[in-house]
Amino acid sequence: MSEPMLKVEGLAKRFGGIVATDNLSLDVAPGELHAIIGPNGAGKTTLIAQLSGQLRADFGRIRFAGDDITALPPHKRSLLGLARSFQITSLFLDLSVLDNVALAVQAHAGHSFRFWRNARKDEALRAPARAALERAGLAGRADGPAASLSHGEHRQLELAMALAGEPRMLLLDEPMAGLGPEESARMVSMLRALKGELTILLVEHDMEAVFALADRITVLVYGRVIASGTPDDIRADAKVREAYLGESDKEGAHV
Amino acid sequence: MKPALTFRHLVIAALLVGLTLLPLYVALTGDRFMLTLFTRIVILAMAAVSLNLILGYGGMMSFGHAAYLGLGGYTTAILSFEGVHGGFVQWPAALAVSALFALVVGALSLRTRGVYFIMITLAFAQMAYYLASGMARYGGDDGLSLETRSTFGDLMDLSNKTTFYYVCLVLLFASILLVWRLTNSRFGMVLQGVRSNETRMSAIGYPAFRYRLTGFVIAGTLCGLAGALIANHTDFVSPSMMFWTRSGDLIVMVVLGGMGTLFGPVFGALALLFLEQFLPHFISFVVRPINPAGAAKAGEYWQLVLGPLLLVIVLFARGGIDGLLAMLSDKLGRKVRP
Repeated sequence: MSEPMLKVEGLAKRFGGIVATDNLSLDVAPGELHAIIGPNGAGKTTLIAQLSGQLRADFGRIRFAGDDITALPPHKRSLLGLARSFQITSLFLDLSVLDNVALAVQAHAGHSFRFWRNARKDEALRAPARAALERAGLAGRADGPAASLSHGEHRQLELAMALAGEPRMLLLDEPMAGLGPEESARMVSMLRALKGELTILLVEHDMEAVFALADRITVLVYGRVIASGTPDDIRADAKVREAYLGESDKEGAHV
Repeated sequence: MKPALTFRHLVIAALLVGLTLLPLYVALTGDRFMLTLFTRIVILAMAAVSLNLILGYGGMMSFGHAAYLGLGGYTTAILSFEGVHGGFVQWPAALAVSALFALVVGALSLRTRGVYFIMITLAFAQMAYYLASGMARYGGDDGLSLETRSTFGDLMDLSNKTTFYYVCLVLLFASILLVWRLTNSRFGMVLQGVRSNETRMSAIGYPAFRYRLTGFVIAGTLCGLAGALIANHTDFVSPSMMFWTRSGDLIVMVVLGGMGTLFGPVFGALALLFLEQFLPHFISFVVRPINPAGAAKAGEYWQLVLGPLLLVIVLFARGGIDGLLAMLSDKLGRKVRP
């Protein structure tokens, strides 16, 4: 096997007495779509935050495309080609849809200490931004304010922004969260189109989508990897069944 | 699409033409006081325009912006006191001192957010205030008078009030032009992106701090120039021009006029200084028929009227005066085209 695109070794993160990430190791091969699943509170979003740099890990190392990025701040990881989308929609709501994506393009177009020329008329930014919107299926909404989009379109815009920087790897934090069946299906087909072209780490609750898309799946429980393998392996894994069934029993007890 | 020429555009055009033709009105009526008042309005509008760059477009609630007025003013006055009267030395020095101060304040304060940022910018401004109060050689609390206004050889004579007014006006227009270009440039897009969502900006690859600091320094420098002008206008500087209430006035101008709009700060400065000037007379006028003896006294309580007035504008016209104009434009536009 070639060198992994993302290599995580012995990652650990505590918040007081809570262990969010517990000695976690993970390899994601180039071009692979790797899904992370696990019950609520398994530390999936905390893992994404450590990978993208919003949170600093207590222990462990993260290598991306051969570079050690453990100590890099978020913007440097992004410039190396590691893009993320947010679980809770995180956009520039007071700017236009196209401005949102153009800002993502601009981030990767050298420094922004350019004070005079009108950036909104700069085709070097606007053309790639429009192309990214096209890929995410939002070409028709480019000129409206981002706040006017529906929830499903916000998820699409999240994806367009992640794509705009021409990343090598995408960290997608629950891109299907809150989507209706139709919107979910559209998101799945978009991700399928990206698969192979980009390395993708997908955190998702929608099991149908995960098993349809993923090359490999890692299961997290209480910040620890309890299983990792192909969708078929995971479906057959006794520990996974136990973790999921056990969890749903507990949830049932609360009701 | 919006119509190309709205009511709002007409008001802005009228404002610009009005400001440009004001000296003509003064020459015709002999009302010298209006020239003095409007020179002050134009200079403070420039300070408000500079604050708007970071407050309106950058989302940085600086509560110490009057410090730059003082620094620019004191630099000019001190150089004059020490025998350097040339404007080509004084004004660049005022810019440099303000820029340096902004760099230091920004480098420290921009690491914090929210209330802490407000308090740190306020604290630095108060430091500048007490520093000026303590400079015995330069008048301390009593301030320092300028012997002569900045000299520019044969180029222009600032002691001519009309000339000085036009110098201030041209610099105000230049500041507005600068802010307009800046906010639409790549740099300006980053500034507005950081205002909107800083976490996202760093996630997509921006070192936000550098851009915020640059914006902070540009705004401070521009305000330093307004400070050099105000020292020339009043022929006098004193620590009180840096007092925190002065910074508050600048914020009120920006919020009242419309944060993050190009001409809002100019409307805001005009409105606030006009109210400050004429509200006392107006109150006296209204009270006189009721209580002739107390009319003059009533005028002194003008701030009791100003406060609620500002409150109403901020509460009901979220975009300030500029927002109000935009709203009116919408209504009028709809009437014209059914």
